[in-house]
Amino acid sequence: MTTATAAVEAIGLRKDFGGFRAVDGVDLEVRQGEIFGVLGPNGAGKTTALRMLATLLPIDGGQARVFGVDVAREPHRIRQLIGITGQYASVDEDMTATENLWMFGRLQGLRSADARATARRLLAQFDLEAAADRPIAQFSGGMRRRLDLAASLITRPPLIFLDEPTTGLDPRTRGQMWDTIRGLVTEGCTVLLTTQYLDEADQLAGRIAVLDRGRKVAEGTPAQLKASVGDSTLQLHLAPGADQEQARQVVLRVAGAEPVLTPESGRMNVPLDTADRAADVLIGLRGAGVSIASVSVAQPSLDEVFLALTGHGADAGEDDARGGTDGTDDTDTFASRPTDQIPQEVQ
Amino acid sequence: MNTASPTLAAAPPAATAYRVDPAAAVAAARPRNTPAETVSQTLIMARRALKKMRRNPEQFFDVTVQPLLFTAMFAYIFGGAIAGGVKNYLPVLIPGIVAQTVLTTCMATGVQLREDMEKGVFDRFKSLPMARIAPLAGPMVADLIRYLIAAGLTFLTGVVIGYRPHGGVLGVLGAVLLAIVTGWSLAWIFTWLGTITKSAKSVQGISMMILFPLTFLSNAFVPVSTLPGWLAAFVKVNPVSHLVSGTRTLANQGSVGAEVGWTLLACLVVVAVFAPLSTLSYRRHL
Repeated sequence: MTTATAAVEAIGLRKDFGGFRAVDGVDLEVRQGEIFGVLGPNGAGKTTALRMLATLLPIDGGQARVFGVDVAREPHRIRQLIGITGQYASVDEDMTATENLWMFGRLQGLRSADARATARRLLAQFDLEAAADRPIAQFSGGMRRRLDLAASLITRPPLIFLDEPTTGLDPRTRGQMWDTIRGLVTEGCTVLLTTQYLDEADQLAGRIAVLDRGRKVAEGTPAQLKASVGDSTLQLHLAPGADQEQARQVVLRVAGAEPVLTPESGRMNVPLDTADRAADVLIGLRGAGVSIASVSVAQPSLDEVFLALTGHGADAGEDDARGGTDGTDDTDTFASRPTDQIPQEVQ
Repeated sequence: MNTASPTLAAAPPAATAYRVDPAAAVAAARPRNTPAETVSQTLIMARRALKKMRRNPEQFFDVTVQPLLFTAMFAYIFGGAIAGGVKNYLPVLIPGIVAQTVLTTCMATGVQLREDMEKGVFDRFKSLPMARIAPLAGPMVADLIRYLIAAGLTFLTGVVIGYRPHGGVLGVLGAVLLAIVTGWSLAWIFTWLGTITKSAKSVQGISMMILFPLTFLSNAFVPVSTLPGWLAAFVKVNPVSHLVSGTRTLANQGSVGAEVGWTLLACLVVVAVFAPLSTLSYRRHL
């Protein structure tokens, strides 16, 4: 059905930082007009992959095309086709919102009056009119993120990269950001976003690729992904002093699955095919005399998806292994990290 | 800080009734900037730098205090010892101080660029279809004002404490112009340092190490004839000496000497080497 050129087509994408392979042969295909989610823990290589596709980092191996244009060969053309919003607002702190948007518009060839009109339109669209003439230094996190997204949309690029668009936002602002992202697609944009949250990918993305330690470990629709870990999760909080090992044995016998244990807090997550099985597990625990402090049934978390896909939890990833130097505290993670701390298995 | 609760939902994109057309965007995407676009982007970046200067006036501290302080201090401390009097020393000293302040101003260019480059906004500059040289050259255009202040103020202080340049108004203007051109050209070295070093602090450290010997091991403050032979040999080839001599002939005699030519030639070489180097390493670095 896809006769149109893919919005993003990456084959064997690779990035090395010294001896560390941050992105290791990743294939991606993003169709026009969809929201595609790249899911993974910190250090999975999400941001690095995104920055390569956005011409912010050189591509060390493999090939990438955006709407058929080669990223490595024609970066200047790519930059006219994309907008990118990073984890940290890339706007000028010393200037006002209007001045920022005006400057970015001018830099992209808009005439002064047009740049001013575009700034006004975007500020209205993102509900920032009241703050139009305030310096960014006074903005809240949510406002910064919105302004940053607005700055990516000045020339209405057909492809938008969003790097963890809601990390650090409060729940309400997060929901608003989701609405905005959905709105982009109704305008005909294609969105490629990275996220650490399964529910975010679930809410927004039509298709998801899961990255772990630089490799793609799964790809599919959110439904397919969740089906691979079971429909729901039983979250148990064992009473203090309860026998955790015994509880594990019971779960293994009744639910037929290995629970995810957090021994320090006595928490235990049990993947279930259907939520109905929860009762069986509880009855089993009661029978074995294991006391429970609290219990709930929820959708699987990213942690469980990860455990199922990779055999290790999401928090097992290294610190965010981002390659860029975009002026934030952890940008120099790589440069400053002694080589002996770089995990050996990835070399 | 507190804002009325923003509602993004109140911005239905459907209302804009606009459809993004990828095929048209691809067709319209041009492979490179035109020279006119590069110039225009550089000027936009210069405008940004000027705006920042206006908002952080303490950035002008070095170009105002140093000319005032050093001129008066050196004149009264060394004047008697070196030239037998303040008045006799001023024609030697003022061009020297001009060279010195302009060089330290160059250093600030590199340090500030490095600081600026660490900010998030540079990520956006990199993602935009703009000339890679614009974020480097823009601030340097704005810095022309700083060189003008540094050189102008030094001459002014000199005149106030009794300096009477025989080159006349035109000669002094020529000397100021020469200093500005040299400052701007040499700033490319420090801009390059800014693109290769890890922090603004290291730019400052390295720059001091270069600048101190260059300014003091020159004819800026003392006649070369008083120096031992080996030192005199270095001082004679030191480019700073050429700048100082060039400035002296312009301001004190109103004539364009060969030294002016040498200085301009050195500037040309520096720009030709370091402008491309800076752009290259900025491109690779980020």
